[in-house]
Amino acid sequence: MIAAPYLEVAAVVLGVALLLIESFSARLDRRILAYAALVGLAAIFVATFFVTPASTFAQAPLWNFYSADPLALLFKRIALITTAFVVLMMIDFAPSLRAGIEGATPHAGLGEFFSLPLFTCAGLMWMASAIDFLMIFVSLELVTISFYVLVSFTRRNPLTLEAGVKYLVLSALSTGFLVYGITWIFGATGEMNLQKIAAALSRPDLEKTAALFGSVLVLVALGFKIAAVPFHIWVADVYEGAPTPVTAYLSVGSKAAGFVVLLRVLEPFLILPQMRVLLVVIAALTLIYGNLAALPQTNVKRLLAYSSIAHAGYLLIAVVSFSGRAVAFYLVAYLFMTLLSFAVLVLVGQKAGDQLKDFGGLSQRSPFLAFAMLIAMASLAGVPFTAGFLGKFLVFDAAVAAHQFTLVIIGVITVGAGFYYYFKVVRAMYWDMPASGETIPISLLTRIAMITMMAAIVVLGVYPQPVLEALKR
Amino acid sequence: MLLLIIFLPIIAAVVIMLGAPARVAALGAALLTLLASALIFFGIDRGAAGFQRVRSFPIAPDLHLEFTIGVDGLSLTMILLAAIILLAAVWFTGKIDRYENAFYSCLLLIAAGAIGAFASLNLFFFYAFHELALIPTFLLIGIWGSGNRVTAAWKVTIYLALGSFILLIGLIMLYRAVPSDVRSLDIRDLQAAALHISPAAQSPIYLLLLLGFGTLVSLVPFHTWAPEAYASAPAPAAMLHAGVLKKFGLYGLLRIALPMLPDATRQWSNLLLVLLLANIIYIGLVTIAQRRLDWMLGYSSVMHMGYIFLGIASANLLGATGAALLMFAHGISIALLFAINGELRQRLPSLEFDALGGLATRMPIAAFAFGLGAFAAVGLPGFANFAAEIMIVFGAFRNGFDFQHFHIFQWTTLLALWGVVISAVYMLRAYRWTFFGTSTTLAITDISLPLRIPVALLIATSMFFGFFPQTLVEKVTPTFRSYFAE
Repeated sequence: MIAAPYLEVAAVVLGVALLLIESFSARLDRRILAYAALVGLAAIFVATFFVTPASTFAQAPLWNFYSADPLALLFKRIALITTAFVVLMMIDFAPSLRAGIEGATPHAGLGEFFSLPLFTCAGLMWMASAIDFLMIFVSLELVTISFYVLVSFTRRNPLTLEAGVKYLVLSALSTGFLVYGITWIFGATGEMNLQKIAAALSRPDLEKTAALFGSVLVLVALGFKIAAVPFHIWVADVYEGAPTPVTAYLSVGSKAAGFVVLLRVLEPFLILPQMRVLLVVIAALTLIYGNLAALPQTNVKRLLAYSSIAHAGYLLIAVVSFSGRAVAFYLVAYLFMTLLSFAVLVLVGQKAGDQLKDFGGLSQRSPFLAFAMLIAMASLAGVPFTAGFLGKFLVFDAAVAAHQFTLVIIGVITVGAGFYYYFKVVRAMYWDMPASGETIPISLLTRIAMITMMAAIVVLGVYPQPVLEALKR
Repeated sequence: MLLLIIFLPIIAAVVIMLGAPARVAALGAALLTLLASALIFFGIDRGAAGFQRVRSFPIAPDLHLEFTIGVDGLSLTMILLAAIILLAAVWFTGKIDRYENAFYSCLLLIAAGAIGAFASLNLFFFYAFHELALIPTFLLIGIWGSGNRVTAAWKVTIYLALGSFILLIGLIMLYRAVPSDVRSLDIRDLQAAALHISPAAQSPIYLLLLLGFGTLVSLVPFHTWAPEAYASAPAPAAMLHAGVLKKFGLYGLLRIALPMLPDATRQWSNLLLVLLLANIIYIGLVTIAQRRLDWMLGYSSVMHMGYIFLGIASANLLGATGAALLMFAHGISIALLFAINGELRQRLPSLEFDALGGLATRMPIAAFAFGLGAFAAVGLPGFANFAAEIMIVFGAFRNGFDFQHFHIFQWTTLLALWGVVISAVYMLRAYRWTFFGTSTTLAITDISLPLRIPVALLIATSMFFGFFPQTLVEKVTPTFRSYFAE
């Protein structure tokens, strides 16, 4: 049995250790570092199942900032799985990386590329546990700063540079909003801890306007993290320009952590009726914009960027209906289907390109990759017996139970749009003639990872119990 | 046994995808499925009401999610239909120029989706199994379709996906409308709990269900996907979709809307009557105007849905039984017609009526089979369609009948009877234009000998249940007796 905070400590130690090894052994094949990271992440993942209940430590001052409830543990696991798959994708992506950075040795930059995600992962795990604005801010910055580097990693590519600058500027702006919002909330309530804020807000003599203003500012900052409209402008360009594994990391890890923070921050504020209205509006806009903007895309990476905005919309429906269960399950489903589609994209993108036409006839060139993408797309669209469908089922169920019928109507219509753009990829792979006859090589490890993700999508689609159980304990 | 029927096609589909000899495996699986369904169908305990052979596997208790299967007369009728048509469709699959294994897998998956939906007693799986058929349909039309296949594939996919999600919201609302202590996704429990739903709460749920199921069954005005999809789909896909999968929506109305939302069914019956009359009269006239054989058949399958809706709308024992019977009968006859249509398409450059003619001399067997299919579709005595339609007509006419005045049901029935004339016009004209008159085509061969077996199977089924409709009726009525206290 171990205490939950050691999980993050382990991730940071692992990252530092890898960086040290990298800098002291110039001849080492850098992929060994990646494999070591994978093993370490797996070990930490196993350790999450042996965490002692928080109550035994309740006296320590740390626990004013930190929570190890089931929700936090589940999101820590989400962060770990995501990071592991991202590192795996990075191994596949390494050859393209060399073209994007200058260095004296063929391995230049690879070590950092493989170890930085570990720091991001630690940040994501801290975010999952943060119940104090101070902690939220610090962990969010750890995540964001490591992403600054990762997004612009292949710096010779002008698109990547553009993405890096955009991400840096807008991210910094959103951080500003966050800090300013926290200040207002602190000023109004005199508290930083979310539970104490909740208690303060329920006092009738409190000046609510200032707290509300602060919470709106915080919402803006989190809206940036989860890519909700109208804070989504950066998404398409950054996703397109960033190295593909980093894009996957942004769209899954960053979003999952953003949502868990959103759930925690909103809990005290949802008693204010204005907040709920504001969220409904944001959810509706996100759904409509994300789905409609995805329709005409011909670049698969951009398509996935808009689809990630669209999924933020469905998640926001669950947030408005205040169903933590739906949010958590949807995010788990989202994790597998999005990572799977990016994993295929990494391989196809390096060999052919990121355009939709590069996927033409993939079912003839690489039936395995095409089938994996088919599963991912079916799940993203919401075909039953996939985790994506069960996620949507839970979201709509929560929305009906909460009488959010406007969002239900918009949600159903946008699902129809979703079928169009996800099936566009299926169509390219199965109907169209192949652009080239080349088969795409898949390493054994990647193949195993893909099969795992496909299995997870299908199994969770009919057997959601593991995730639901993890939320209860 | 029931588990076997559901999973045999799925397993076969997977095995075929993994590289088993496609045609042999598919035929074997279809044959076994048919045998097993027939065994259950004729072995069912007729006297007992309620579901038999119930098996339940709990999955997620907090969500009321269980994999529960079971059958009664109504679902068995549909399962038998699915098995018969699956066999015929697989048998009718000719030479496939690319991805042969994927083609057979898609066919098997469509049938598996339909059978699974008919056998599921849990709303989640009831819904999910039907949606399972969505991707195979998209691929079948998109890859192997003919004519305007791209538009048709998009249309059918988006229509069905939207219709399904509307239906999903309706089902969730139904589930949420019952008090939380008796809330359940199990159809049996939900039916008992549905007594608690007030008429005012029933109304929007019924509308959503009608909209969702109606889209899946091509109720006017949500029908435009159907003719184009059936005209473009390869023959086996059209047989399975028009014959079996489309019946899911009607089955859902009979299984869920009718018993659980009786007040709303009555409340909205006028709307449904107007829509179904549009299906019969308006689509009937549109069918007459068609100039291509495949489009004509596509529209005719839309039109005949109107009669089944009439049986459902009448909401009495006779009408509902007739509707169930017609679902079966129409499935058989439309499958036969699409099969012949597919054979013609393989042999001829065009299916425009202007280019056809005199085929009876070259293809006597095909002409004979098509004629019987057309007669069945029109509703000639001796075919199952006749028995079904006459029950529907009597059932609907009886609804609110008094000797002084005709009410809306009586007028609708009268108008709907004209549909029989309309369908006779387009079917017989198409028959004449295609098979009689001067021959314009070169030497072509008749349906090959092995393919005559499924043709004979379909004709024999239609005629058997035409002469002995009682075999179906006695199975179906216990279900409906429990709905209507007559």
